[in-house]
Amino acid sequence: MALLEVKDLQVYYGMIQALKGISFNVDKGEIIALIGANGAGKTTTLQAVTGLLPKKAGTVTLNGTDITKLPPHKIVKMGMAHVPEGRRVFARLTVYQNLNMGAYTKRDKDAFSKNLEMVYEKFPRLKERRNQLAGTLSGGEQQMLAMGRALMSQPGILLMDEPSMGLSPIYVNEIFQIIEEVSASGTTVLLVEQNAKKALSIADRAYVLETGNVVLEGKASDLLNDESIKKAYLGE
Amino acid sequence: MSFLSYLINGISLGSVYAIIALGYTMVYGIARMLNFAHGDIIMVGGYAAFFAMVNGGLPPILSVLIAMAVCTVLGLVIERIAYKPLRMAPSLAVLITAIGVSYFLQNLALLLFGANTKTFQSVVTLPALSLAGGKLQISATTIVTVAACIVIVAALSLFINKTRIGQAMLAVSEDRGAAQLMGINVNSTIATTFAIGSALAAVAGVLLCSAYPSLNPYTGSMPGIKAFTAAVFGGIGSIPGAMVGGLLLGVIEILGRAYVSSQLSDAIVFAVLIVILLVKPTGIFGHKIQEKV
Repeated sequence: MALLEVKDLQVYYGMIQALKGISFNVDKGEIIALIGANGAGKTTTLQAVTGLLPKKAGTVTLNGTDITKLPPHKIVKMGMAHVPEGRRVFARLTVYQNLNMGAYTKRDKDAFSKNLEMVYEKFPRLKERRNQLAGTLSGGEQQMLAMGRALMSQPGILLMDEPSMGLSPIYVNEIFQIIEEVSASGTTVLLVEQNAKKALSIADRAYVLETGNVVLEGKASDLLNDESIKKAYLGE
Repeated sequence: MSFLSYLINGISLGSVYAIIALGYTMVYGIARMLNFAHGDIIMVGGYAAFFAMVNGGLPPILSVLIAMAVCTVLGLVIERIAYKPLRMAPSLAVLITAIGVSYFLQNLALLLFGANTKTFQSVVTLPALSLAGGKLQISATTIVTVAACIVIVAALSLFINKTRIGQAMLAVSEDRGAAQLMGINVNSTIATTFAIGSALAAVAGVLLCSAYPSLNPYTGSMPGIKAFTAAVFGGIGSIPGAMVGGLLLGVIEILGRAYVSSQLSDAIVFAVLIVILLVKPTGIFGHKIQEKV
């Protein structure tokens, strides 16, 4: 059984249909990439899955439970964490306070200190800057904070929206390396990326989105060598 | 000595404004709306305490608690019926609704309690404090009002920084969407904010009527607008801003009335507001609000 199963998902912005019936599934332990051009519906898909956007039709199932109609805070409690596009760290709170917010659903003190230690170990820079206001961090550091904040809830599945956006190549490599680490430690990852090459290089499988539809799916390694993909998304 | 006495009166009135402004500023910070009915909740709080004391014969403390309970429920009901359905609506629609609720409360009070002004008895029955050989008299109401303001601000700061609900409020005020992704229930956080703000309005209503003992359906209107001004003055959304803004406004109003002109005192208050906003558009403690796309 898939950990996350999305069936025929449709989302409208007013009169405009952004998702025209998207289906995909994510198995436990996988890294799944959703790739596609700007406006293909990648971010919309993630936001609909976590309940930030209302769905017109379709179902979303997490661990066998129908979460289609649940509000975001309930879905998060079920073990889904979402690192939103543009990081959305709490700019006027410190790094530590941000991480504390991430643990909002995990109040157990022992688990909290264990998770905090794990995050600080993965992102030593966050530890150095724990008393600094999040708004004063660089883009790469904010991305790390957004990831660390999501990991504080010990998620079973981590949704990541455009983690490479606006970052220098060094940070991009670092972030992707950490995504692989997070995956290796047992967290399932659903990754949305415009940087298709990077995403396909770490993903197990991928879905290609085009104007609100899934147009192609397959093993990431196959898609990396697919001629049409190379031409359209890999710039080769 | 008279200056000192005016100053103390100003701080006392300012404390009332500050308590009202706290409600305004919290609701704005968390729900991103201006609740123009907030002033009228003060009036309802005044009536609730009045009836509890005069008709119910209850002791003042109990009457204040009853007023707080009534206003908390009222605030929750207003939020649920009038504002919650508009959560996704343009802010102008919410603003107009709030003005509508304000008129509704005033006219409901007119219908239920009549237009006659009732004489409110101070909830504080202690004797005045006499200083400097009787040259400076400070009424017990004044002392209680200032003390209440200090206690409320301190308690609120502790609540926001130390409790889970407080943390949720902080997160929602920063970024509603991101707060949801932390597992925070935004609707219940907003409802809690209205409950707290309305309970504070009840306290403010009782203190206001204790100092200026006339109560009618429009009693809350002007203090409500002034407290809103105070909140903007201090930087809307900021709790220390609401306190400083309220105190400043009260002091300016009383000093203006004493030394310039009693007719012009309100005009002076708003003139100072305009000057401050020209120099610092976000208010004293305000920070720039970034529009999210």
